[in-house]
Amino acid sequence: MPESPKRVRAIRMHFDDSVAILIEDAAAGDEIVLETGAGAAEPAVRAAEPIPYGHKVALRAIAVGEPVIKYGERMGIARTAIAPGEHVHVHNVRGLTTEERSVSARG
Amino acid sequence: MGYRRPDGRVGVRNHVVVFNTVAEVGPLVRRIAESVPGSVPVVHQHGYAQFPEDREQTLRTLAGNAANPNVANSLFIGLGDERDYSHELAERVRGMGRSAAALTIREAGGVGPLIAKAQEYLRASLAAAAEISREPADTSELIVGLECGGSDGWSGVTANPALGVASDLVVADGGTAMLSETTEAIGAEHILAARAISKSVAEDFLAIVAEYEARMKAEGADYRKGNPSPGNIRGGLTTLDEKSLGCIKKGGSTPLMEVVRYAVRPAKKGFVFMDTPGYDVDSVTGMAAGGAQIVVFTTGRGSPTGSPIVPVIKVGTNSRLYENMPDHIDVNAGVILEGKGTLESVGREIYRVIHEVASGRLTAAERHGHAEFGIWRLAESV
Repeated sequence: MPESPKRVRAIRMHFDDSVAILIEDAAAGDEIVLETGAGAAEPAVRAAEPIPYGHKVALRAIAVGEPVIKYGERMGIARTAIAPGEHVHVHNVRGLTTEERSVSARG
Repeated sequence: MGYRRPDGRVGVRNHVVVFNTVAEVGPLVRRIAESVPGSVPVVHQHGYAQFPEDREQTLRTLAGNAANPNVANSLFIGLGDERDYSHELAERVRGMGRSAAALTIREAGGVGPLIAKAQEYLRASLAAAAEISREPADTSELIVGLECGGSDGWSGVTANPALGVASDLVVADGGTAMLSETTEAIGAEHILAARAISKSVAEDFLAIVAEYEARMKAEGADYRKGNPSPGNIRGGLTTLDEKSLGCIKKGGSTPLMEVVRYAVRPAKKGFVFMDTPGYDVDSVTGMAAGGAQIVVFTTGRGSPTGSPIVPVIKVGTNSRLYENMPDHIDVNAGVILEGKGTLESVGREIYRVIHEVASGRLTAAERHGHAEFGIWRLAESV
């Protein structure tokens, strides 16, 4: 029997971000909650798969080719469609090309 | 609270410093400083055998450190042969409105007489410095250098963004927050360029990044291909963009006002960038030469780096580091991971510690006597 789902804490760096960083390891089905400071936390998504601490989880659906947002900026481009709760890492995200970087991130 | 200098700037320390001008007199400078309690030795490995660009960089870095507001008076020790630049250095510092003198072995008539003259100068300088007292000063007179070293996976999550909050507070007070380490900005250069106050500042910034990359390519290294490293990826960093964004977060969110070369004083206040290498010792030395009175340094692994000229405040990225080396860390940003603090609350704590250190509180690096000094070398020795 798998363990019953637990609450796993995560940090979102910027309000606009499509990803959050896990502070603890998550198993599939765990509820990811965002730290809001002073001990408070708000539920965000359920982990779709195991995700190690320090790694990122998708907070919302990200389409193929869509920028992945962290710090309110584009940290990469989705290689595949990413569902909420999925692990976001090198298998489904690539870095920006020089041409993509030259387009202002705030434009 | 700080020490008002004749050039109008305000220091947070009141050092009397003795520098070697060439490597050959480094050990002699240490002996002299040991014989005059209270004086601070600054010893480096550079000297005559340099290309012109390095000679100029060495002189600019030494003069800038001697003219740092944290220094009350400086003494340069040299050989006194035909290539000697000790007097040139002292002249440069005086040209910046600050006190300095030079002594050479040849002019003094040997090592013994030189030591006696140096001791006399340093003792008189210490007595004069002791007459200067701290007076009220404003945050707008501070240049705070921003640095990282021994980063870990949490640097971009806790310590760097919290330092960014403190940077914004310093800038809001009219002060200066100086970001450094051009290598670390590669991958996020477009973000910083977009923050530039004008097109020409954006171009200045993109130019130093392009120059740095060209130098690395000439050595056969491609920074963009080597990063993020396999260790970074295991830790959760996915792209170079993400790594660099986490690094430049130290600089907060205000407009980039100016880009300066290594060891050059900024003319503008607010958020500025100095072209320095990722090597923290050389970078901190360059910012001290650029007039920074304090450096705030984030670390995930507990890098001990300090400076003989500027107090270096250490911000740890995780609580495990803080528990293992509490005496190395001034602010623990790891509380953010435990829900015991926020980026905002830790940023405010850093801002408060900056002011306490400015008024005399010793940093962990100062208590341990960490006083590294390194000049960024551009070319080969000749």
